[in-house]
Amino acid sequence: MATIDIHPQTSTHHHDDHAHEHEHHGNFWTNYVFSEDHKVIAKQFLITGMAWALIGGVLSVLFRLQLGFPDADLSWLKPILGGWLTPEGKIDPEFYLALVTMHGTIMVFFVLTAGLSGTFSNFLIPLQIGARDMASGFMNMLSYWFFFLSSVIMFVSLFLSTGPASGGWVIYPPLSALPQAMQGSGLGMTLWLVAMAIFIASSLLGSINYISTVINMRTQGMSFTRLPLTIWAFFFTAIIGILSFPVLFAAALLLIFDRSFGTSFYLSDIYIGGEALPNQGGSPILFQHLFWFLGHPEVYIVLLPALGITSEIIATNSRKPIFGYKAMVGSMLFIAILSFVVWAHHMFVTGMNPFLGSIFTLLTLIIAVPSAVKIFNYVTTLWKGNIRFTSAMLFSIGLVSFFLTGGITGIFLGNSAVDIQLHDTYFVVAHFHLVMGSASFFGMVAGVYHWFPKMFGRMMDERLGYVHFWFTFLGVYLVFFPMHYIGIAGFPRRYYSWTNFETFSGFADLNMLVSVAAIFTLFAQFIFLFNFIYSIFRGKAAPANPWESNTLEWTTPRNPGHGNWPGEIPTVYRWPYDYSKPGAKEDFIPQHIPYSETPESNLPHENELIKLELNNGSINGENKTHH
Amino acid sequence: MLGILYFIFRIGNLVSLVKGKNEEESSSANAVNAYLFLLFMIVGLVAFFWYSFAHFDGYNLPVASEHGEVTDYLFWVTMAVSVVAFTLIFIVMFWFTFKYRYEKDRKAAFFADNHKLEIVWTVVPAVVLALLIFSGLRAWDDITDEASKDAVVVEVIGQQFLWTARYPGKDNLLGKHNYKMIDASNEFGLDLSEENTWDDFKSLELHLPKGKEIKLVIRAKDVLHSVFLPHFRVKMDAVPGMHTTFKFIVTKSTADMRAETGNPNFNYEMACAEICGRGHFSMRFPVFVHDSVEDYENWLKSQETWLKQNPDYLKRIPAEKREAAIVKSGIPADSKEAIQNAAVTVTLN
Repeated sequence: MATIDIHPQTSTHHHDDHAHEHEHHGNFWTNYVFSEDHKVIAKQFLITGMAWALIGGVLSVLFRLQLGFPDADLSWLKPILGGWLTPEGKIDPEFYLALVTMHGTIMVFFVLTAGLSGTFSNFLIPLQIGARDMASGFMNMLSYWFFFLSSVIMFVSLFLSTGPASGGWVIYPPLSALPQAMQGSGLGMTLWLVAMAIFIASSLLGSINYISTVINMRTQGMSFTRLPLTIWAFFFTAIIGILSFPVLFAAALLLIFDRSFGTSFYLSDIYIGGEALPNQGGSPILFQHLFWFLGHPEVYIVLLPALGITSEIIATNSRKPIFGYKAMVGSMLFIAILSFVVWAHHMFVTGMNPFLGSIFTLLTLIIAVPSAVKIFNYVTTLWKGNIRFTSAMLFSIGLVSFFLTGGITGIFLGNSAVDIQLHDTYFVVAHFHLVMGSASFFGMVAGVYHWFPKMFGRMMDERLGYVHFWFTFLGVYLVFFPMHYIGIAGFPRRYYSWTNFETFSGFADLNMLVSVAAIFTLFAQFIFLFNFIYSIFRGKAAPANPWESNTLEWTTPRNPGHGNWPGEIPTVYRWPYDYSKPGAKEDFIPQHIPYSETPESNLPHENELIKLELNNGSINGENKTHH
Repeated sequence: MLGILYFIFRIGNLVSLVKGKNEEESSSANAVNAYLFLLFMIVGLVAFFWYSFAHFDGYNLPVASEHGEVTDYLFWVTMAVSVVAFTLIFIVMFWFTFKYRYEKDRKAAFFADNHKLEIVWTVVPAVVLALLIFSGLRAWDDITDEASKDAVVVEVIGQQFLWTARYPGKDNLLGKHNYKMIDASNEFGLDLSEENTWDDFKSLELHLPKGKEIKLVIRAKDVLHSVFLPHFRVKMDAVPGMHTTFKFIVTKSTADMRAETGNPNFNYEMACAEICGRGHFSMRFPVFVHDSVEDYENWLKSQETWLKQNPDYLKRIPAEKREAAIVKSGIPADSKEAIQNAAVTVTLN
């Protein structure tokens, strides 16, 4: 395979002080456990995220068993579920809610926030902008270990005799505030809040690092307009995180006060368990505002990194520049800003002032425009490409397909009048699982396939990747597409069973199909897990630039050490999307190749830039201005 | 599980080593994926359109309210627009993945941007969305507007895990309530010192008239609940500590609906749509819609006031108002016993 492994500066002798400074000195603990190296931390996030994804997936299959096979005897699960099974072998209704709650919490926060951003922001930011490491390796390490601690606490809560938090992942009070209301609102909820508080600290430490690294540590020539879209996406994601997670922290703190110290931020006029509580004057709606002020941006925290990863993979494997680079950055910026002013569309029928409903309808449907632009840009990038279906590319196309399918139903839900009927039905479940859950999950998986060679120096097996993709792609559609019909028919979410209602007595067939597909999809992930573990140890050795990609990470050695580049950090001369440039010998020109070396393919204005390159003096490796 | 996979995979690997994997093989895999995408697109769209038409009656819930017809119309207009957009993009995308699959000697087009194209596909969705928004907002304003003064008022109260309804009685005014006055009998927390409570009555079934505006006043005693009347396209949360409202006009009585669906056992139902605990899924509240306002009023007349059913609570009423309460609540004037009981308690106090 024709791979480029050119290091314009590798032959130089000066400036190799970094290489010495960053050689491996540590022991097992400092290298693999309390490492401050962004690549190791990324892998720690990835593996923890994968473990959580597996747990979250298993939980969903458990509640799908109840929904798809309401009459089945699940006594064989007794060894795992113990007292959470009723004597008739059914899942306990309250445990059902615990499963739903923990599935949501785990997937949204632990898998698609920490697992996705934590992995790829950490791994790619220094490698793609040309930096030795994150701005603060120590904070980065703390970020992971806070996440780990938070994970341990959340995991422990699964095994409490009163069960984990069970009030839905949105933990609306008063349900979540009153242990009298449900068992899970006791110790389980306390642990949930503690775990999330620590999680938020982890997320903030990470985000601050990502932002300062992107702003301050770009290599020479790496202007903002030459950043790969992945980096733009991680950058916006981190900013959204910094601005929104503290609000969730505030919401959680006030809830802790209400739960433990007798305040009444969210509680008023409650009569429960034969007793009138003293709390008066609070408002449950206040919590919803605070929650969704994070909750909605959170959707984009989860989605933007996946979109960034996809942009990079689709451009590389279509062998084409990403279409409308500036429009892509612009729409991400626009989405990032708008994500803060649409939160109340989750609250149209919660008793919020209907005038606010009008405002938020307007703002919500505006956010559909940049999202549509992104889809059009992806599709146009495919047009007249020369598409290589690597596993990563398949998952990226899958992401665009989910983003389209799930995104378009947002137009229904964002419209307050139409939302009245659809709110809290399976239509919503279908919508967000496709547009946010599955799309982001596919982005994450695509990223693993694409950057696995850089992470572990070996290739994943492509055939297993194909099988994994097709099983998962079809599986996900079979799980979530039928839910649209169930939702239009009015079936409410978070229902343990529908047999109490004549209105919701149908669709036993579709529900069974959904459950079977969910089980199938979960099992398909074991193909991935196997491929992942096997390839770490036995995969084919990766070439330097296996996908013939333009970005800087492929200029590092096969297994980059601490500091990433053994010699000079390459200088960047061009944007990352010079694929199939007319006149060029190869169908890609990496970012570190100066225009002076590619006279045959330069556009007129690029020839002008050659003078600047020469003036910089950086072209001969005499990089005097740097460092 | 992983062990079996490992075994299969090792065999596959050895076989391919023996055969010798070359570039041709990877380009045929590329073509297979391209064809699979095309197949997926066709089969997917056929399945989608087939199911959507063939099973329309299965998922389309009959609508029985005036605003419901408006929101359903909006829903289906949005559906038409999005299905067209979805289908076009879906076809184009998977056609591209098929048509532009890798070929060794082809070079991709260097096509980095096109401002006209980008402006077009920014403006077109923006205009379409604007139209949808404005028709949606108009409907929303009408739906959330104040109910008219002569609307039928019914209070619905959610608690773990059942609904109750309170009717305002002849005065058409719901009496005051206070959650601190709730006890085993006084489940509404009626503040009986206020005269509007005296003729209020309780119902374990939601009775509504056809063809007259209804204003639901909604509250919750313990945690959040949500009133969901699927056939009327009504949904509104029940929030402890505040009243929420929803106004609507029912267009089909229970009898009409039985005729329309051909199901003589058809009944309207109210469900809870906000997670509220263990019994969330079981909060069914039966709903009955009378054929006419007269029918409905006859039913109202046949109901006993809460106070009449719980005459003990007369003692909570200040003595000077008690006579008026007896009259208003419809307690027979000759049922001296209750009145005397109440009087005795007061003297003792």
